Amino acid sequence: MSVGSDPNLEQTWADPPGVIGWLKHVDHKSIGRRYLVTAFGFFLIGGILAALMRIQLSRPDNTFIGPDLYNEIFTTHGTTMMFLFAVPVMQGLGIYLVPLMVGARSIAFPRLVAFSYWMLLFGGIFLFVSFLLNAGPDVGWFSYPPLAEPLYTPSKRADVWAQLITFTEVASLAVAVALITTVLKLRAPGMTLNRLPIFVWAQVVTSFMVLFAMPAVMLASTELILDRLVGTHFFDVEHGGDALLWQHLFWFFGHPEVYIIFIPGTGIVSTIIATFSRRHIFGYLPVVLSLVSTAFMGFGLWVHHMFATGLPQLGESFFTAASIMIAIPTGTQIFCWIATIWSGRLSLKTPMLWILGFFTIFVVGGLTGVMLAAVPLNTQVHDTFFVVAHLHYVLIGGAVFPLFGAFYYWYPKITGRLLSERLGTWVFALLFTGFNLTFFPMHVLGLRGMPRRVYTYPASMGWDTLNLLASVGALLMACGVITFLVDAVHAMYAGPVATDNPWDAGTLEWATSSPPPNSNFPRPPTAAGREPLWDNPPDQPVVVGLREDARDVLVTHVLDAEPDHRLIFPEPSIWPFLTGIATTVLFVWSIFTPWGVVYGAGPVFLAMVGWFWPKRPDEGGTPLWPFARRTLPRPDEAPAAGGAI
Amino acid sequence: MNESRTLDVSGLPPGAFGSRTVTFWGTLGMVLIESTVFALAITSYFYYLARFPSWPPDGIAPPLLRWGTVNTVILLGSLIPNELARRAAERVDLQGVRIWMVVCLAFAVGFNWVRVYEFRHLNVWWDHDAYGSIVWILLGLHTTHIVTDFLDSAVLTTLMFIGPVEEHRFVDVEENSVYWYFVVLAWLPIYGVIYWAPRLT
Amino acid sequence: MARTDLEALAIVSAAPAIDGQQSVLYPAGVQASSIHNLLTLMLWVSTAVAAIVLCVLFLAVRRSLGTKAGGNPSSTTDDVLARAVGIAVGTTVVLLVGLLVASVWTGRTIAAVHAASAVTIEITGHQWWWEIHYEDAVASRRVHTANELHIPTNRPVVLKVTSRDVIHSFWVPNLQGKRDLIPGYTTALWIEADRPGRFRGQCAEFCGLQHAHMALEVTAESDPDFERWLDAMRESPREPSDSGARRGRDVFMQTRCAGCHTVTGTEAAGQVGPDLTHVATRSSLGAGTLANSREHLAAWIRDPQSVKPGNQMPPSALSADDLENLVSYLETLR
Repeated sequence: MSVGSDPNLEQTWADPPGVIGWLKHVDHKSIGRRYLVTAFGFFLIGGILAALMRIQLSRPDNTFIGPDLYNEIFTTHGTTMMFLFAVPVMQGLGIYLVPLMVGARSIAFPRLVAFSYWMLLFGGIFLFVSFLLNAGPDVGWFSYPPLAEPLYTPSKRADVWAQLITFTEVASLAVAVALITTVLKLRAPGMTLNRLPIFVWAQVVTSFMVLFAMPAVMLASTELILDRLVGTHFFDVEHGGDALLWQHLFWFFGHPEVYIIFIPGTGIVSTIIATFSRRHIFGYLPVVLSLVSTAFMGFGLWVHHMFATGLPQLGESFFTAASIMIAIPTGTQIFCWIATIWSGRLSLKTPMLWILGFFTIFVVGGLTGVMLAAVPLNTQVHDTFFVVAHLHYVLIGGAVFPLFGAFYYWYPKITGRLLSERLGTWVFALLFTGFNLTFFPMHVLGLRGMPRRVYTYPASMGWDTLNLLASVGALLMACGVITFLVDAVHAMYAGPVATDNPWDAGTLEWATSSPPPNSNFPRPPTAAGREPLWDNPPDQPVVVGLREDARDVLVTHVLDAEPDHRLIFPEPSIWPFLTGIATTVLFVWSIFTPWGVVYGAGPVFLAMVGWFWPKRPDEGGTPLWPFARRTLPRPDEAPAAGGAI
Repeated sequence: MNESRTLDVSGLPPGAFGSRTVTFWGTLGMVLIESTVFALAITSYFYYLARFPSWPPDGIAPPLLRWGTVNTVILLGSLIPNELARRAAERVDLQGVRIWMVVCLAFAVGFNWVRVYEFRHLNVWWDHDAYGSIVWILLGLHTTHIVTDFLDSAVLTTLMFIGPVEEHRFVDVEENSVYWYFVVLAWLPIYGVIYWAPRLT
Repeated sequence: MARTDLEALAIVSAAPAIDGQQSVLYPAGVQASSIHNLLTLMLWVSTAVAAIVLCVLFLAVRRSLGTKAGGNPSSTTDDVLARAVGIAVGTTVVLLVGLLVASVWTGRTIAAVHAASAVTIEITGHQWWWEIHYEDAVASRRVHTANELHIPTNRPVVLKVTSRDVIHSFWVPNLQGKRDLIPGYTTALWIEADRPGRFRGQCAEFCGLQHAHMALEVTAESDPDFERWLDAMRESPREPSDSGARRGRDVFMQTRCAGCHTVTGTEAAGQVGPDLTHVATRSSLGAGTLANSREHLAAWIRDPQSVKPGNQMPPSALSADDLENLVSYLETLR
């Protein structure tokens, strides 16, 4: 039961109304919702592109789409799904849920998170406008040189791809820093690290992976732009450049990237299983250690994308071993999940249905992954539809199915309404059946010799039936997605009203109203266990004493979440939006001329000055110079007496 | 939840210094990201080195040692006013902050100026071959950092002079000095690679 | 051809759709067989693991749905669960190590053979065709062709592969795993057919506009047949007897053809496009895009861009007569 929110507190934390007001929002719930809606929009576009591909491939020697457009479509499909949908949607969930789950009133660096949204949106617009202008990238989502070098791709297409990377990586890196800081510094008192919800662990681990992986693709894509714009020779063989170095750099990012997508999915799975089994996740420590070790090991696998290049056998064997061994932590999680279900009291609501779908599909995908880790087998099925099948089984099974589970699970929290159980079952059935019909035949197609990225195939190959089947499956998936959209929109206005905690779950986001008030928690909670709503004693303290006339947030210690100090968070601001505009101008300009960087830097600098310049003298809540005595303690000073019960 | 018990945090200070701050961890995140970029660029340098029969290739002379070494001295020297500014900030000593930030900026002008000479004496253009490209991007990446560090320190220093100077701004100064440390210390391996790797291999 | 050749031809010929063509599942070579064994092992293990895990999940769901309210998971149940999970993880480790060993062992089986008597073939990838040279210590015995190769059965063959432009990938699944052709790198790939036949391969690394139309054909035949083929390939084409063909030869030499294509024994020595010395013996044109016939040859020469848009060959502006004669000439290049 939630406490009635104090109107003054609500006013303090309110984001401004209106269109201009919308540009100034810094509330993590608002930005999180935008992320989810926008990323889902990109998912729909990526899906339409996939549908076009499936239509073209449904018959041999088909002339629905020619090679040039097909190459643009498959490149844009992959680029959209990986960079504009999969990572942002998981980060969007994090932006919305992590502060609530750790009991905080805000995400750390709210303006930075707002800025990151604009970079995602403008990057996506940039890509799709380019596509419509026949300048969409057409050399694959991984853009291998020399094909991506100016000699073989003289148009702007590869530059669009490389700069899209810059947009999305800036956005993702910013969110990763914000999420890590939120979890380290803004947790509810009592939420020690071993009481962190597994979903939050997954988000933190993912964010660290982002920090270390994304620089690799940023560096590589910048070097590609330089090769194309100012004549450097990073990847151009004529002058000592190296085509393989691109692959090393790209896949050093690319392999962790898939774990960046998958690990938040496992966080969702742990959460939903615990709630609907009505017990704590079995094996909290092994599950957390599995997340961490998966993240570490994920950085040691990248060469398995290069097994066909003829690298020395001993080196390849190491990567086979690592690629096979990463199944161990993943398997550990799966066994712990099954153990949780086994010993729990299952309620088979729609979110749980998606989790069962995840198990079925992901297990298959994981097993084909082990097969792909074996170098000899890899050299046969690499770059065939077998890999297309594998990657969709692990990504759709491992991330999209949990994501739909997450939609059904957290939709009531975000909107205050419940989605329809009946329609949800239909969506699941359509997507599950459609998915398997689309992608299972592709395993066979790959084994029967069908390579990837081909805009057509001869009738004599005998691939037609399976391709037609796959295309029919895609149609079913489309129906499932449309049904979901209908339900999502309809429920917002006519769905059953949700209580604070319709699933009787244990984590802190359910300790406040649905949707949460502007301040998240009128009285921020404290935690006495991993599922505070289940574990907290009835008289568990709530936090009082934060200011209600300013955006006052409690900052706690990294390890034990003891209260340390308070901090006034920023007011809504137009500067993240303006900086986003200025940065977009710089990025787009600079694919046409290097002077774009020089001239574009000026407005970016000015926007950032505007961002950081104090709007009010006392906006930080500390005294103005000259002041008699300091109020802020030194690094090693104990905080002033606080935390009295 | 029954709210009969409360945890009253009104007595807590409205901020703090050092690793207790939210900003520190944001800065640390930036440091991790940029360190990874540098590490990957340096690894790429050695990747190319292993693929060429001689290094620098084509009989190109290695970058002139003088300006790089001079700049290393200036950069390391800048750590002194940087540390003093940081301590002044922790002491909440506005006068000290103003003085030492200005000295820092003087050093920054110096190392940005000398950086131009470094570029002019690399003895290779970026579009000559892969060696030229990797040397220019290594130096260029670090230059982006010294330029932006100069600009944001200049803005912060201006703010400390013209005000309004809230106590929180001293935390900003302290955090800025943490980032300055990173920019200078990150230079050392890059200096070693650009200037000494071609001489020692 | 021997009867076995005919059988093999029937099984894996490039013309009508038959099971086994360009397929990992129908190995016809030493390496592909070894990989096929690994595939079989891994498929069985994977199927068993998937079945067991999903079975246990199903049982867990059924049991959990049946659990009544009011029961708490007791600590002994957690101990039992811990043991079960431990056993599962342990079994997983053992299985994975076993698969790792199988993988490494298979890799050693198909790795470099280093046979002194190996046939050595250089393959260079182009957008969108395959340049093929048979090495020989004696320069005059080297064979040059495109988009097709012949190999002897039961003899190791080493392919030295690279690319002239972008990354391609040589893949003939009936014989061996694929190998990327990377400009700036030359790597060695060993193949060995264990039965005769014609096997289709296809480029397996996205290489641009016509990546989908970059196929090739490998013919495996007995040693004597292979040597006969090599000898035939080493001979320059004979003087055409037909006057039309002779006029066609003049067209070839005097227009742009000779600038891009080579016909040994003539003044045509162009290096841009495929070697055409024995083009009439090939089963396809345009690297597997069209079956080789008089009509297709004419259509290709008239406007290659309508057949394989984006490829490097420009349309020709020949009169109908010239085109007729040119095609007649090309048909003499056996």
